[in-house]
Amino acid sequence: MMPKTDSKSNANSPDKLAMYKEMLFYRRFEERANLAYTKQKFSGFLHLHIGQEAVCVGVQHALEEQDYLISAYRSHTQAIAKGIPAEQVLSELFGKVTGCSRGKGGSMHMFSKEKRFFGGHGIVGAQAPIAVGGAFAIKYKEEAAVMVCYLGDAAMNQGQVFEAMNMAATWSLPVLFVIENNQYGMGTDISRTTSVDHLYKRALGFDMAHSQVDGMNCVTVYEHMKPTIDKMRVDREPHLVEVLTYRYKGHSVSDPATYRTKEEVQEYQQRDPITQLGALLVKESLASEDELKAWDKEAKEQVKAAERVADAAPKPPQDEVCKHVFV
Amino acid sequence: MAVKTIREALNEAMIEEMQQDPNIFLMGEEVAEYNGAYKVSKGMLDKFGPKRVIDSPISEGGFAGLGVGAAMAGLRPIIEMMTWNFGIQAFDQIINHAAKMNYMSGGQFPMPIVFRGPNGAAHMLSAQHSQNVDPMLCNVPGLKVVSISTPSDAKGLLKSAIRDDNPVIFLESEMMYGFKGEVPDGEHVIPLGKGEVKHEGHDVTVITWGKILHKAMKAVEVLEEEGISVELVDPRTLVPLDEEIIFNSVRKTHRVVIFEENWPFASVGSQISDRIQSECFDELDAPIARVSQQPVPVPYAENLEEVALPSKEELIEAVKKVCYRN
Repeated sequence: MMPKTDSKSNANSPDKLAMYKEMLFYRRFEERANLAYTKQKFSGFLHLHIGQEAVCVGVQHALEEQDYLISAYRSHTQAIAKGIPAEQVLSELFGKVTGCSRGKGGSMHMFSKEKRFFGGHGIVGAQAPIAVGGAFAIKYKEEAAVMVCYLGDAAMNQGQVFEAMNMAATWSLPVLFVIENNQYGMGTDISRTTSVDHLYKRALGFDMAHSQVDGMNCVTVYEHMKPTIDKMRVDREPHLVEVLTYRYKGHSVSDPATYRTKEEVQEYQQRDPITQLGALLVKESLASEDELKAWDKEAKEQVKAAERVADAAPKPPQDEVCKHVFV
Repeated sequence: MAVKTIREALNEAMIEEMQQDPNIFLMGEEVAEYNGAYKVSKGMLDKFGPKRVIDSPISEGGFAGLGVGAAMAGLRPIIEMMTWNFGIQAFDQIINHAAKMNYMSGGQFPMPIVFRGPNGAAHMLSAQHSQNVDPMLCNVPGLKVVSISTPSDAKGLLKSAIRDDNPVIFLESEMMYGFKGEVPDGEHVIPLGKGEVKHEGHDVTVITWGKILHKAMKAVEVLEEEGISVELVDPRTLVPLDEEIIFNSVRKTHRVVIFEENWPFASVGSQISDRIQSECFDELDAPIARVSQQPVPVPYAENLEEVALPSKEELIEAVKKVCYRN
């Protein structure tokens, strides 16, 4: 159910068409998930990635299949990007046994051992030491892979993250900390809780390579990540990159986001990653307006098809409740 | 059979397993160059090198989490907590991640990891260095919990713990590292979930584990001199609990005292007590008695610490009470 890429590009130049279609697909996926939630197809927490698509796609295009990835609880799109079929992610949301965690994880806990997706995690920042453990194993087994660890801005004030970064830097472990700075830890503006004005400065305390990039532009994200990750493949050192992004929706679907102004949201929407890249495609004659519209329709159809699969899938059998507590 | 200390038995278990499986590594504070805060890992750095025996920063949550991630990626970590008091810093990684990873991933990520270190009060270490974590961790589905009391058990159970594909909490004691006992020669593995009758008797069952089993043995000597025959049952593994060995002993003696170094509220002993009353109600000739530590932080002063911890005398009194002998 993934958008098919019909253009090929050189190894180091971005595949803009694929990026555009993927971002579009993730936007439509999250909107559909939101709709399904309001229709009470499922419950619990739902953290949407809408507005942050450029980060997920830009990073993913710089990765290779052997690379590992771990994230927090806003990670449906990252799970799909890492290769988990969309219908398995939707099935997981719907609590179906065909979900990528057999319906036992839900929105916050997508997993795929096969795709080296080490999960969505629900404890802010706690995925950081786990990511460092993955990178430790990469080094131990002398694999060529890197470990990507997504963290939100607010995770940068969590003690475990400091511990993890210190170990990664001290032991030269190939983990890329991608800080998706969407400016709000739930409803709290990050500037009200954080001593530094830019989160990449946290890396200074660990003598760790660091950088910052505009997360509203997918090509920019990719062009930043690709050399960063390629360098890590050689020097095996950790790196922290702060990505400046924005979520259009509240922290979760229950959050009306009254702590920020409409103007602020609109300001970011004017730099919408999908609109931006669409305009670039037209400008560079890589696509026409009609094609953009057709792809949007296609993305919506693909999501609907995934939803039909998830709708039809069975719930976990009752005896599943006691399985997997122990091996 | 050779006589060895618990320290040597644990050391041998780790070395033997690491020789057999290159994916096993040991990480913790002072485990490498210092040879272990309590010398349990003595000589291991020399034998296996810094790749596999690693001194960690003082970041219990961090290196416990590193172990979780390494286990997800196919390694088999042994994570040493200098003491379980510090291990409490790592409870998020142990409870929220190690214990739940396989379940919430629908069985995709088994967690072959051992968290080991000394547990409970030693001697005059005061409140923050005398914590028993067994009730807290036994409460969490997905963790196996082992509490050792002899060199033989130490070796055989640690080898099983390292081979297990589930997270295992392995509880030792600073006070016991020098305890000596016979350890079978050659390959010696004790399955998790199998208790042992440490002393046979017929009048009363005393259920105990870990360090204070040795205190209980002294009480047994006194009681037997007074004509009370005590059966001492050591579950050894608290999760999964060998209920059969407990129930069989209860069916034989019909009287039970649970002797544990834990606070009494919602403890391991309260769970065992519940299981006995539920499964062996008609077998009981007296209410189950429990001897626990006082529900206070463990105090520093020697006399106060002695009062706070469960004593041999309290156990003797409880045994006599369930035998209606006082």
